[in-house]
Amino acid sequence: MQETLEKTRAMVHHLAAVNEILEKNGNDPSRLIPILQEVQEVYKYLSKDVISYVATSLDVPVAHVYGVATFYAHFSLNPKGKHIFRLCDGTACHVKKSMGLLEAIYKKLGLSDEKRTTDDLLFTVEIVNCLGACGLAPVIVVDGEVHGQATPEQVEKIIDEITAAEKAAAESETK
Amino acid sequence: MSTEIKTPDLEQIAANYKKAVAPLKRRVIICGGTGCIANGSMKVRDAICAELEKAGERVEVVLDHHDCSKNEGATYFSKSGCQGFCQMGPILRIEPEGIFYCHVKPEDAAEIVHVTLLGGEIIDRLVYVDPVSGKACRHEDEIAFYARQTRVVLANYMIEPDDVEEYIARDGYIGARKAITEMTPEQVCQTMIDAGLRGRGGGGFPTGLKWKFTLASQNDKKYVICNGDEGDPGAFMDRSVMEGNPHAVLEGMMIAGRAIGADEGVVYVRAEYPLAVERIRKAIADATEYGLLGKNLFGTDFSFTIRVMEGAGAFVCGEETALIASVEGKRGMPMPKPPFPAQKGLYGKPTVINNVETLASVAYIIRNGAAKYREVGPQNSPGTKTFALTGHVANTGLIEVPFGTTLREIVYNIGGGVTDNTGKVTGEDFKSVQIGGPSGGCLVPDLLDLPLDFDSLKSAGAMVGSGGLVVMNKQTCMVRIARFFMQFTQNESCGKCVPCREGTKQMLALLDDIIEGRATAETLDLLEKTAKAVQLGSLCGLGKTAPNPVLSTLRYFRKEYEDHVFRKICPTGECKALARPEIDPAKCKGCTACARKCPVGAITGTVKNAHSIDPEKCIKCGACKAACKFGAVKGI
Repeated sequence: MQETLEKTRAMVHHLAAVNEILEKNGNDPSRLIPILQEVQEVYKYLSKDVISYVATSLDVPVAHVYGVATFYAHFSLNPKGKHIFRLCDGTACHVKKSMGLLEAIYKKLGLSDEKRTTDDLLFTVEIVNCLGACGLAPVIVVDGEVHGQATPEQVEKIIDEITAAEKAAAESETK
Repeated sequence: MSTEIKTPDLEQIAANYKKAVAPLKRRVIICGGTGCIANGSMKVRDAICAELEKAGERVEVVLDHHDCSKNEGATYFSKSGCQGFCQMGPILRIEPEGIFYCHVKPEDAAEIVHVTLLGGEIIDRLVYVDPVSGKACRHEDEIAFYARQTRVVLANYMIEPDDVEEYIARDGYIGARKAITEMTPEQVCQTMIDAGLRGRGGGGFPTGLKWKFTLASQNDKKYVICNGDEGDPGAFMDRSVMEGNPHAVLEGMMIAGRAIGADEGVVYVRAEYPLAVERIRKAIADATEYGLLGKNLFGTDFSFTIRVMEGAGAFVCGEETALIASVEGKRGMPMPKPPFPAQKGLYGKPTVINNVETLASVAYIIRNGAAKYREVGPQNSPGTKTFALTGHVANTGLIEVPFGTTLREIVYNIGGGVTDNTGKVTGEDFKSVQIGGPSGGCLVPDLLDLPLDFDSLKSAGAMVGSGGLVVMNKQTCMVRIARFFMQFTQNESCGKCVPCREGTKQMLALLDDIIEGRATAETLDLLEKTAKAVQLGSLCGLGKTAPNPVLSTLRYFRKEYEDHVFRKICPTGECKALARPEIDPAKCKGCTACARKCPVGAITGTVKNAHSIDPEKCIKCGACKAACKFGAVKGI
C-alpha cells in the first residue's frame, strides 16, 4: 500500500508540468500538437507515461496521441542526448557535401543511421530537411547555435570541445 | 482592460515616426536574417555600438517614437530582415550614404567607427568586390546581384521588422484600411482577379478566384490560413518574408479575411524557423496593441484576429488539406478533393489557404491597383517571384525577379556564374538547375533562355514550386540527385495512399540498384513505369509530383543513367560502388604517396616506378586520389 502510494505520488510530481501545459491550452484536443511540443520541451522526449496521461486528460484514444507523436518528425519517443547536433540535409547542403559531415560525426562518436544517440546520453545527431539557411550550406546546428559552411574538421573540433567541457564539469563535481 | 475600441490613425502614426527619425544623425542597418545572425551579425552590432559609445556618441538600438529629443544626433542601429546576399554576411548598411559592407566581424568595429561613422571615409577592404569584373562596389546599387532584381514583395526588406510604426510609415495597413472601409468583399476579390496574382506556393492557382469561391460559401464562420510550412529543401523565401516583413503577411491575411468574410486567421509556420515564429508573434502582438487586429477594425463591424501554429516537421503539411488536419491536432494526412477547403476547410468551415509570398503581395495590389501590379511580368503570370538561389553558384541568396526572367539572367548575371567544387567561377561548369524542390525538375543548358513562369516550366517538365533554385556543376551526379529527392519524398510520404507509399519505396530501391551497379535495361523501364503509376494514382500533390525529379533527369540526362546501367560507370565519380580506381602509368611519378595513404594496402609499386591498384583489395575510399599530387589516379 505504502509503496503504491509512494509511486503515485512520484508520478503526480513527475506529471505536474504536463498538467500545467494542458491547462494552459484549455484541455483542447485540437491543440494536441502545441501541447506535445511544450511537453517535449520540458521532458526532452515523449515517454509512454506522458503520452497516455495526455490522452486520458484530453479524453482521446491513446492511439490518437501515439499516432500524432509518431507522425511528426519533431517528436521523439526516446530520450535524447544532452547535446544535439542537427545536420541540415536540404538540397543546397546536400550538393555541398553535408553527408561528409555526417560521416565525420558518426565516426567520431561511434554512431550510425540506426543509432543516433551515444550510450552516455551526451550526444544526439539528427538530420533535418532544410533549415532555410541555404546560403551558408552546409549547415549544422549545435545546441541551437548555427554553424555555416561547416567542414568535417570543424565539427570534430566542436565535439572535442564539448567532450572536454563535460569532462571538466564532471571532475569539478566529484571534487 | 479598456473596452474602448481604438481606431488607429495611420497618417498620424506615420507622421510621428518620420518626426522621430528626422533628428537622427545616422542609421546603421545590420542584417538580422537567420543567415547573418548565424554568422554573428548581432555580435557585430553590439561591438560597433560599444565602440561608438566609447567615442562619446549617442546610440539607439530601439527607436523612441515619442521623445524625439532623445534621437537628436544619435546613431540608430536597426536590424533588417534577410537582405538576400546571405553568403556575404554579416551585411551592414550605413545610411544616409548607403555604404555597403560585407563579411563584417566584431574586430572591425573600431575601424568602422573611427574611419566611416566618424571620419566619413570608406574602408576598402570591407566593400564588395565583384568576382568577375574585380570592381569594388561601395553602394548596393553597384552590385549586380541587387541591381538586376525587381523587388515588390521584398521592397521593404530594409525596415526594422519589429517596428510596426516603420511599416505604417511606409504605407503599411493602408491597403487593409482601404479594403475594409472603402471596398466590398466582391470588389476585393475582383481586384485580385484583375491583378492576376497566382499562388506562390507552387500550384499557381489564381488567388482572386480562390477567394471568390470561399466568399460564395455561406457560413457563420470562416478562416484564413497562411501557409508558412515551407518544407522544400533548398527554399527559404517564405522564411525571409516572415522574418523581414511580418506585418505585410498579416495585412495580406486581413485583406483576405475581408474578402471572404472570415474573422480568424492562423499562421502555420515550420518549427525549423524559430526566428520567423518569434517575429510573427511580435507582429501580431503589436498589431493587436495598435488596434489593427481585433474587434471592429477601423470603426466598421469587421473583426479579425490571428494566431500562430508551429508545425512539427512533416513536409506533407504543405498540402492544404493535410495542413488543415495538422491545425486541428491530427496527423497531417491529405483528404481527397472535393470538397475543397473553400467549401469545407478548418473545423469543417470554409477556409482560404494562401502561401506567405502570395499574402505578402496582396497589400501592394489593393493599395496600388491591379493595373499597377500587372506592369511587370508576362500576362499569364504577372508580378514578381522570389527565388532562393543556392548550390554551385557564386552569389547565393534570396532574389526577386519578374516572372518571365530567363535562367541565364538569374544564374549568370545575378548569380555571378557557376562554381566548381573548389568554389571558383570557371565559366564551363554549368550542368543543371533544379527548380521546385522534390516536386520539381532539372533544367539543362539548352533551356537557359527559357522565360521562367508557371506555364513554360510545366512544359519543360519542371515547376515553379515554391521557388528553390539549386544550381549544380558538372561534378554532380544526376542519378544521385534524383535519388536524393526520391529518398526525401519516400521519407515524407504520409502513407495514406498505396501508390505513393509503396511506389516511392520501389522507385528508391530501383535507383539504388542503378547507383550500386545492379541495374539492367529492365530497371530503367520499370523505373519509368512506376514513376508514371505514382504520378497517376496518388491522392495528393506530394505523390503526384514525387516522380518529377526522376522523370526530368531521365528526360535530360538519360545518357548518364545509361552509363550507370550498361557501362557500370559513374561519369562524375560520385557513385563509389561503380568506381574503378586506376593509376595512369604515364602520370605516375612513383612518389609512393598513395601507397602510404592506402588504408588497406591495395597499392603496390617501387620508388620512381609506376604504381598499380589491386581491385580485389581496394575499398574505393578515394584516399589515393586525394594523396596524388600529379592527378594520376583515375576512375574514382
